[in-house]
Amino acid sequence: MPTITESTALPELSTDDLSRYSRHLILPEVGMEGQRRLKAARVLCVGTGGLGSPLALYLTAAGIGTLGLVDFDVVDSSNLQRQIIHSTKDIGRKKIDSAEEKLSALNPAIDIVKHETMLSSANALEIMKDYDIVADGTDNFPTRYLVNDACVLLGIPNVYGSIFRFEGQASVFATKAGPCYRCLYPEPPPPGLVPSCAEGGVLGILPGLVGVIQATEVIKLILGKGDSLVGRLLLVDALNMRFRELKLRKNPECPVCGTNPTVTALIDYEHFCGIVPGTPQEKNLKNGIPQITVKELKARRDAGEDVFLLDVREPYEFQIAQIGGKLIPQNDVPQRLTEIPRDREVVVHCRSGARSQRIAEFLKQSGYTQVVNLAGGILAWSDEVDPSVQKY
Amino acid sequence: MIIYIPTPLRVYTGGKDSVEVEAPTVAQALEALTQAHGDLRKHLFTPEGKLRAFVNLYLNDEDVRYLPAREASVVTASDTLSIIPSIAGGC
Repeated sequence: MPTITESTALPELSTDDLSRYSRHLILPEVGMEGQRRLKAARVLCVGTGGLGSPLALYLTAAGIGTLGLVDFDVVDSSNLQRQIIHSTKDIGRKKIDSAEEKLSALNPAIDIVKHETMLSSANALEIMKDYDIVADGTDNFPTRYLVNDACVLLGIPNVYGSIFRFEGQASVFATKAGPCYRCLYPEPPPPGLVPSCAEGGVLGILPGLVGVIQATEVIKLILGKGDSLVGRLLLVDALNMRFRELKLRKNPECPVCGTNPTVTALIDYEHFCGIVPGTPQEKNLKNGIPQITVKELKARRDAGEDVFLLDVREPYEFQIAQIGGKLIPQNDVPQRLTEIPRDREVVVHCRSGARSQRIAEFLKQSGYTQVVNLAGGILAWSDEVDPSVQKY
Repeated sequence: MIIYIPTPLRVYTGGKDSVEVEAPTVAQALEALTQAHGDLRKHLFTPEGKLRAFVNLYLNDEDVRYLPAREASVVTASDTLSIIPSIAGGC
């Protein structure tokens, strides 16, 4: 929580501030003191992508005095469907520079601090210690656990949001009396079970919805007003426009924030999440599934081999581009196993190689002994074998 | 009672976002669910039969872990069970 509580220690508002924030000043819940608290606050946004875009924009608009940004990624055209802080002209540019430019244009008085790095156990505490609140806009499990643990160790609230397809979650973790992320999820899912946005897709507006919920919670914590999401998990279903709330409890046996913590320093989070770097002998095996490259598949077909290629994408994707596979959308696979031969090799493919990897693992668990995943999917085929196959 | 299936697990229920079961307790409702959709079992339970720690189960809006009877809690037809997995997307 912000350490500044004495009114006299809060920064004064300039004439520009009084004009810019007039709509805040009129609100009883904000007023002069609230706006001064916002000006004194130091918030770290981890990620300037889907969640980070609306987060950073609204916090800047609200007058947060110091906004730290963490990102090491570069703007890609596929980001622009939802990462609205970036523009078409920024494609190829560092996200952190693009974000800083837009935020400074919106509100030049904000002190933007760029941390152009990947957050890791080696640097997280050092980076985060200068902030009062952290807003987590990352996109992978190891970093989420890292941010959580670092926040608990530093005593800083972690305003959490996450998205998947058309569903979102939001809460506030790591306050002294409230639960932390590990109280809710002591264990990460096995790698590959929950796809990333690139693999599973995401409704473009969804991070906008959830990111602004996070920005709202950050502002409420700073103002000390309203009912925060501490101890509450907000579930957003954008497709059906339903909002549900579940109760979250602090786990007294939580290894990080419980009464007898066993995690008192940051750990190796990739290892914790089961992501083990491939050894040289295993580089063609992923979770026990052999990988085949698109060039290898092409060579086998050119040699006249009748390869059974299973395409697990959706019908609309098949209409955009296909490479002669048998289409059984992933959700239908369990019900259509009779159509997939068990006595010969089955090569599974999708758009990028992620869904097909999961289905390949499922087939293996269902007793198939000759299952192979096409690494890189249609995208790799288009890049390396046949550019006339449409990428999407 | 209705069991809400989260998006990452719908591939194992033929795409359904909810499944209707009849059962007297939480544990038996889950048993009915995994009987009907066998591939769910290994994603919800460890080989020893314990609920996996990255899967949260809510009876209405309460975490089952914190209910006095936990998985033995009695349920009625109007109760709902929600399986809440971790999701990490943010990009």
